[in-house]
Amino acid sequence: MVAANHSTQPLSLTLRVWRQAGPKEPGRFVDYPSKNLNPNMSFLEMLDVVNDELTAKGEEPIAFAHDCREGICGTCSCTINGKPHGPGRGVATCQVYVRSFRDGDVITVEPFRAEAFPIVKDLVTDRSAFDKIQQAGGFITARAGSAPDANAIPVPKGDADLAMDAATCIGCGACVAACKNASAMLFVAAKVGHLGLLPQGQAERDRRVLAMVQTMDDLGFGSCTNQYECSAACPKLISHEFIARMNRDYFKASLRSSFRPESLGAGGGAG
Amino acid sequence: MATLDSKVPAGPLADKWRKHKADIKLVNPANKRKYEVIVVGAGLAGSSCAATLADLGYKVKCFVFHDSPRRAHSIAAQGGINAAKNYQNDGDSVYRLFYDTIKGGDYRSREANVHRLAEVSVNIIDQCAATGVPFAREYGGLLANRSFGGAQVSRTFYARGQTGQQLLLGAYSQLSRAVGAGTVELHTQSEMLDLVLVGGQAKGIITRDLVTGAIERHAGDAVVLATGGYGNVFNLSTYARGSNTTAIWRAYKRGACFANPCYTQIHPTCIPVSGDYQSKLTLMSESLRNDGRIWVPKRKEDCGKDPNAIAEGDRDYYLERMYPAFGNLCPRDIASRAAKRVCDEGRGVGPGGLGVYLDFSDAIRRLGENGVRERYGNLFDIYHEITAESAYQTPMRIFPAVHYTMGGLWVDYNLMSNIPGLFVLGEANFSDHGANRLGASALMQGLADGYFVIPYTIGDYLASQKPGSRPSADSVEFKGAEENVTAMTRRFLANQGREPVSHFHKRLGKIMWEFCGMARTREGLQKAVQQIPALREEFWANVRVPGSADTLNQSLEQAGRVADFLELGELMCRDALTREESCGGHFREEHQHPDGECKRDDANFGHVAAWEYQGPDKAPARNVEALNYEFVKMSVRNYK
Ligand SMILES: Cc1cc2nc3c(=O)[nH]c(=O)nc-3n(C[C@H](O)[C@H](O)[C@H](O)COP(=O)(O)OP(=O)(O)OC[C@H]3O[C@@H](n4cnc5c(N)ncnc54)[C@H](O)[C@@H]3O)c2cc1C
Ligand code: SF4
Ligand code: FES
Repeated sequence: MVAANHSTQPLSLTLRVWRQAGPKEPGRFVDYPSKNLNPNMSFLEMLDVVNDELTAKGEEPIAFAHDCREGICGTCSCTINGKPHGPGRGVATCQVYVRSFRDGDVITVEPFRAEAFPIVKDLVTDRSAFDKIQQAGGFITARAGSAPDANAIPVPKGDADLAMDAATCIGCGACVAACKNASAMLFVAAKVGHLGLLPQGQAERDRRVLAMVQTMDDLGFGSCTNQYECSAACPKLISHEFIARMNRDYFKASLRSSFRPESLGAGGGAG
Repeated sequence: MATLDSKVPAGPLADKWRKHKADIKLVNPANKRKYEVIVVGAGLAGSSCAATLADLGYKVKCFVFHDSPRRAHSIAAQGGINAAKNYQNDGDSVYRLFYDTIKGGDYRSREANVHRLAEVSVNIIDQCAATGVPFAREYGGLLANRSFGGAQVSRTFYARGQTGQQLLLGAYSQLSRAVGAGTVELHTQSEMLDLVLVGGQAKGIITRDLVTGAIERHAGDAVVLATGGYGNVFNLSTYARGSNTTAIWRAYKRGACFANPCYTQIHPTCIPVSGDYQSKLTLMSESLRNDGRIWVPKRKEDCGKDPNAIAEGDRDYYLERMYPAFGNLCPRDIASRAAKRVCDEGRGVGPGGLGVYLDFSDAIRRLGENGVRERYGNLFDIYHEITAESAYQTPMRIFPAVHYTMGGLWVDYNLMSNIPGLFVLGEANFSDHGANRLGASALMQGLADGYFVIPYTIGDYLASQKPGSRPSADSVEFKGAEENVTAMTRRFLANQGREPVSHFHKRLGKIMWEFCGMARTREGLQKAVQQIPALREEFWANVRVPGSADTLNQSLEQAGRVADFLELGELMCRDALTREESCGGHFREEHQHPDGECKRDDANFGHVAAWEYQGPDKAPARNVEALNYEFVKMSVRNYK
């Protein structure tokens, strides 16, 4: 949580912002002095104000990703003063407030940087690699209409709570941007952990972890060397213990898959 | 004039849906893959619909303006989802959920739709648990429930304060499975900018790729819009910044009727505005009203004091006083108006006197600080982040904010609009919440529509379309619609104005909030219908949209959306002006009981108003669908 500065004195800041016209264009930092800021303003509201000024001058505003502005959609994604989502703990970029800076500060603002997240424009990156990992296995196959009564399968409260801890991942990619190897392990482990902890997720457990890890590797994310920068940057403070849990799952699933041949009956049999 | 046939099946209320499912046409399994369905939107309604139609064998193309379906606005819902499971054995039933929803909607929704919603609610919870939604559980491992705004039974299922997130991720996982299997073709960052009609039926859409700027034509056998609500017409709201009306508004301009546009919900528990730069208002989940007590000082002079220094006897717990049976849990519209009233009396607290206290000190005494933290910890954290105040030590300040739109495109019982082949789901349609939505029922409706209604009802339409008869995207209709879109883009970029889009959005928001907000008057609405067209003219003359058409251009996206809001706002005010009664979220000061409650006029307004576009400079036509209450008696909503 960001330390509160209770003063209502307006601040002046200099924003040093990464500007890049397109994926293949060269980028550079540009300084934007920003005066008379209300400390209760959010960081993104400050960018709104800068953008309106740029627009009035006929310049192109800074492209940045945002939507919910309350830390849940995972769209916002700025690296502020070298830290994904900025200096606070357990917050997303949209939950950073001007009151967490000091009058006169120079603030660098960059996109999340990782090879698997190419820059689209200015502060906006392409994080579709995350969707591809989900599509490879981040689900429980459950066609509508086929589900048993929800209370037919009790889930121990402890498991449900732990699954929920993992499931709070907002898919922002800060873990990747914070990792020197640009590994997506925390993101993948969160989904594998969430579904693997629930009885409903057991049937596809092996398949899921193998497919998601394979896809993650194929998409150019780096490997994990246990630095845990990911958890520190994660707006939902997802624990790196889920990575250890996934490694165990992966190991067991690999073993089992090499001993268990696919059934020949699969797919056939309709009379 | 459009014909509005609700297609509600005959027969007893509880048998209608079952009978309808047995009666409507089916598509032969071998033919399903020959039909291509376009689904716009992947919130709860869109993603559950796309995944389920794909599982049935249809070819599905799904479009979202977001960079991932997981970012839809549904993600932000906090409190929970209703279902008539009666797991708590506290007397709940399908009928009771139906009745509460009808009454909560102030008798302005269709009985048959609402009953179906209550019926399938139980299947939703089963489906969500099966997809791995980590609902809150009791120690025995069974599902936990809570009671939620306006309900006297515990029928709300939840996942901490992040129910929408978990439900959306569940539906997104099913959509992702289908995309991975190749049965859904997903187009992210692809914004629908026009609907294409061929022979009077919805057969395609025009989209803009938000990254490359490419304008694309997509043909389908049917089009489903699940594009969410339009509350951002007020500029400040609890919606995500990107939520907009464009898809349904452009469909309206192609002939789809827009029903009850003025029905908006103002949520009583949001963090108050702190300054002019404000870009959004954050909701504090109404589950807080279960344990928090709402009050303002009895005397104006106390408003500036530290709340903890105001003696118990000097506080006015006005909801408990005015509505003893429901107290702090009375429905949203009632709680919001009561807050406005005490603030109008000069007893509001915080900047500008626009706030009331939501106090947890009793709950902390009862449950301990940890007990409160367990229930509401994340909400208290959010509050602290935004205001730098601790609600464990001092009461929260809250104020009503725009939160949900009950109005939307008119649909029949099959969720089809008056344009054949155009279906509308979730918040984008008008169907189930009447003049006021109860808490925890939007998530229910989105998933009901997508998982359990459209998979049946779309077949009835498709069965009437010859397989393979889908028109080509090269037809004149597609060309015309594409030209319509590119002309608008060209006009924006060539405009030599001076003001950013946000300037006009803010001004529109102020007009809407003042004249079409919590309390409306004939005089105010008449002013608004003068002011909005003037603002619209100014917008087109003076808006500045920098950049080009062939890259990511957020100003251009915003310009198109605000242009639509500037038209929709006027229609909302017209609708509010014509509806000479008060009901649910629509409160006309001229129509109130002596105690300040809504005074409905069932004889003259017991109907749906569905507006039909007549052309750019013509007044829209007002069509009416009578609401025939066969099973419930329309009575005065009483929460006292
Ligand atoms: C803060 C908050 C809390 C809430 N809490 C609750 C709660 O506790 N319980 C409850 O029942 N309800 C709650 N609601 C209401 C509920 O969340 C919404 O009504 C519901 O999620 C809407 O779902 P939807 O699928 O209709 O639309 P959305 O989730 O808004 O999805 C819209 C989709 O359409 C796409 N889209 C829109 N326009 C276009 C276009 N032109 N082209 C392409 N794609 C487009 C978007 O990309 C997105 O995928 C809450 C709402 C808010 C604001
Ligand atoms: S694990 Fe944390 S940092 Fe990584 S994507 Fe999820 S929420 Fe973001
Ligand atoms: S904008 Fe949604 S998490 Fe920040």
